[in-house]
Amino acid sequence: MSEIKILLNNEERIVEVQPYETLLEVLREKLGVISPKCGCDRGDCGACNVLLNGRSVRSCLILAVEVDGQEIITVEGISKDGLSKVQESMIDNNSFQCGFCAPGVIISATELLNNNPHPTREDIKEALSGNLCRCTGYLPILEAVENATKE
Amino acid sequence: MDKLKYVGKPVVRIDGKEKVSGATRFTDDLEYGQNMLYAALVESTEAHALIKSIDTTEAEKYRGVVAVFTGKDFPYKFGLYMKDRYIFAMDRVRFVGEQVAAVVSRDKRIAEKAAKLVKVEYDPLPALFDQMESLKNDAVLIHPDLGEYVHVPWFFPQAKTNIAHWRKTRQGDIEKGFAEADYILEDTYRVPRYAHCPIETHAAVGLCDLSGRLTVWASSQSPHTQRNLFVEALAPLGFTHKDVRVIAPPIGGGFGGKAGVSMEILAAAMATKLRGNPVRVIWSREREFYNTSQRLGVIAKLKIGVKNDGMFTAIDHRLYWDAGASAEYGANVVNAVGLSATGPYRFPNIFIDSVCLYTNLPPCGAYRGFGYSEFMFGLESHINRIATHLKMDPVTLRKKNAIQEGDILAYGVPMNPSGLLKAIDAVEKEIEWSKKVKPIDSNKVIGKGFSLIWKAPAMPPNASSAAFIKFSEDGSLNILVSGMDMGQGFLTVMAQIAAEILTVPVSKIRTENPDTDRNPYEWQTVASHVTWSCGNAVRNAAINARDQIFEIVERACDLPKDELYLKDEKVKCKAKPEFELPLKNFVIDGIQTEDGTFRGGPILGKGIFMPEFTSANSDPETSQGGHPNVHYTVGAAAIILEIDKDTGEMHVKKVVEAIDAGKAINPDLVKGQITGGLLQGLSTVLYEDMRYDEKGKLLNPNFTDYKIPTAKDIPDEIVPIIIEVPQPDGPFGARGVGEHTMIPAAPMVANAIQDALGVRIKTMPITQEKVAMTYLKKKEK
Repeated sequence: MSEIKILLNNEERIVEVQPYETLLEVLREKLGVISPKCGCDRGDCGACNVLLNGRSVRSCLILAVEVDGQEIITVEGISKDGLSKVQESMIDNNSFQCGFCAPGVIISATELLNNNPHPTREDIKEALSGNLCRCTGYLPILEAVENATKE
Repeated sequence: MDKLKYVGKPVVRIDGKEKVSGATRFTDDLEYGQNMLYAALVESTEAHALIKSIDTTEAEKYRGVVAVFTGKDFPYKFGLYMKDRYIFAMDRVRFVGEQVAAVVSRDKRIAEKAAKLVKVEYDPLPALFDQMESLKNDAVLIHPDLGEYVHVPWFFPQAKTNIAHWRKTRQGDIEKGFAEADYILEDTYRVPRYAHCPIETHAAVGLCDLSGRLTVWASSQSPHTQRNLFVEALAPLGFTHKDVRVIAPPIGGGFGGKAGVSMEILAAAMATKLRGNPVRVIWSREREFYNTSQRLGVIAKLKIGVKNDGMFTAIDHRLYWDAGASAEYGANVVNAVGLSATGPYRFPNIFIDSVCLYTNLPPCGAYRGFGYSEFMFGLESHINRIATHLKMDPVTLRKKNAIQEGDILAYGVPMNPSGLLKAIDAVEKEIEWSKKVKPIDSNKVIGKGFSLIWKAPAMPPNASSAAFIKFSEDGSLNILVSGMDMGQGFLTVMAQIAAEILTVPVSKIRTENPDTDRNPYEWQTVASHVTWSCGNAVRNAAINARDQIFEIVERACDLPKDELYLKDEKVKCKAKPEFELPLKNFVIDGIQTEDGTFRGGPILGKGIFMPEFTSANSDPETSQGGHPNVHYTVGAAAIILEIDKDTGEMHVKKVVEAIDAGKAINPDLVKGQITGGLLQGLSTVLYEDMRYDEKGKLLNPNFTDYKIPTAKDIPDEIVPIIIEVPQPDGPFGARGVGEHTMIPAAPMVANAIQDALGVRIKTMPITQEKVAMTYLKKKEK
């Protein structure tokens, strides 16, 4: 067991972790942060995406001990003080069906818009191509990201 | 009818905010407490073998192990339509990956480590991986006791064979029909197995408390059916329906794979022997591929006779299905196709054999489309080929033979109202069917493909839905139903139906996924039938609540019931225009009269729906005499496909799909089904390619090797079209569309490839590699 200290959704959290525990396991099972989902446990699906120091990463592929002293943001952090523009846009556009992939998609979309406030359709596709969604055919998600950049 | 205010409107999903804020709690997101137990499985390494021995000694001794279970702990059969499965393998294993034992611990890693210490010795038997091998007289028997299995009366398993069910449909005189034909085309089409791939894998947690009450939380399309099957299987342990409760949290995708019961029974069964401790069973992605259910594979032998003028004279459709190691659900897919394998066409003479065969591959069951995607691949390919022979436009040929309202279906009942011709016309126009598209790049070719859509719900004749509606003090309301919102938008649609009748805005209505203890009965959320069936129940519950409201107002206010109506959350009276009573004033508290007493009390609407006109009783040799299906939903679709002649790479430039929803309660959600269903269908034809090794082991149970599309793989343009020819017995005229949207994808791709390259591919999937190789062969000839 070793102790790690992280800035999780803008709050300092200290937690004991085993060297083999993934960040995804620690977030879900020890820190009560359940928006990142386990869809494949091998980096294929993107349902576990979180922002690590502002960059989206697969939390199932990162060991918790690796993130000591770093900053992590999940959808709980993004939603804490009201939803972001892209989240609102996703509600308006009925972007999700089952919604299991939604937290991971929102992380990827947030990262994209932080770095590129006016992405093209191709930029959006590229940014979301690491998030598998089986329900929607992606189109309502892409449109929502586009709509969020308008005005 | 007055103008509709909520029905037919693109209302925003009522669970949208919950889903994008991260608030949604799926099964594995709930808290089950500190005394959780984790189960790790021991799986069969053999495709077909007798179990000689299972040695659990080392696993039991491993530090931290709480319990080890094997088949002998639960010698009970279960299954939805036929009881042909055990909780753990008993004396034999029937596919690689079948659960043989489980090791339970407080620590998931200890459970996994100890599971590796369980030693199983097998006596291998010959294994069957091809359904045509299973059909042979001398084939090894996968279920030697098949003749003794309990099953529904509309299945016809054949003892001492591998035939789990054989649906025969006969109409007219098949020999005469072919004799009358000017041209007969006969060929074989093959469609392999597919995996559902919901992003949330199967998950179940069972808790049997110390009083003996069993609760199962499950990612499920079928909470009530699961409860029923748990009780049936565990009845020897003394469980009754009262003792068992299924709670179905939001579900992260189903597509048919979470219908009925599969792995959930493990959580239920093990919990009964670990009282007071929640037992968690979560499927890994690998296991999600090989041990839930897959879509059945089929070999379809199809023969169609046609006159020179394009009129069909006869169809002989023989379908041999690979149902895998158990057919308790899959045999009903076979049954559904056996009744409907004419497609949406008039055939005066019909011969259908739909044969369900056991193999030693993973069990198959319900998958979006329920067999129709599979047989429509061959049928719609065949129709294009016939058109080519007749030198007739394939759309014209389809229109000539398209089934219409009142035409007699294969099982002898008239076809329901249908917008099929309207859908064909709409698609033909939007895709500019007669206009050739020229590629910009000379190395590429562009083809167009067309396909019709056709499917009926497959359900027992007495499958029913029920709903309660209860008000709160502010006039907002809760709808209690047991349908599942697995993404299709069921909860929103139910709210719209109640809103329309009770004039309460959708924003004041809450509907949630069910708990079998609290919510009234629903058969299952399958068959694209809940908008229609549960929608009717909700409509009836809303009307019932409205009747109660009017009755109270009549008694308390002395106004005639017949003169009352609802408007904007208020009771109004035709005879007394100045009268106006807001619902919130009395739907809980009642109405106070002059002497200070109250009339009424909480309003509680109740509604049920069962299709009382259906029957599964028919002649087993012909399928005539019953009324097995409630109605068909139809439509049409077309594609513009660009193909690189050298590499076979395909690019979907445009897809148009028109579907007859009867009445789209929420057009935006119907369009969502079209967009999502089309991509799932395109994925089965273009990308997904399941591979087994020679010993029956699945080689690609992950998203690295079994490809499903990403955001970069979508068509350039999708045009969804909603046709509305009302279903007379549907809520506001609605019928289901969820599954149908993926059905035309594979045949329209095959037809577009023929149009572009002049080659006909008769096996799925149609990958880039297959296209390139087939075209190369053609060029070499």
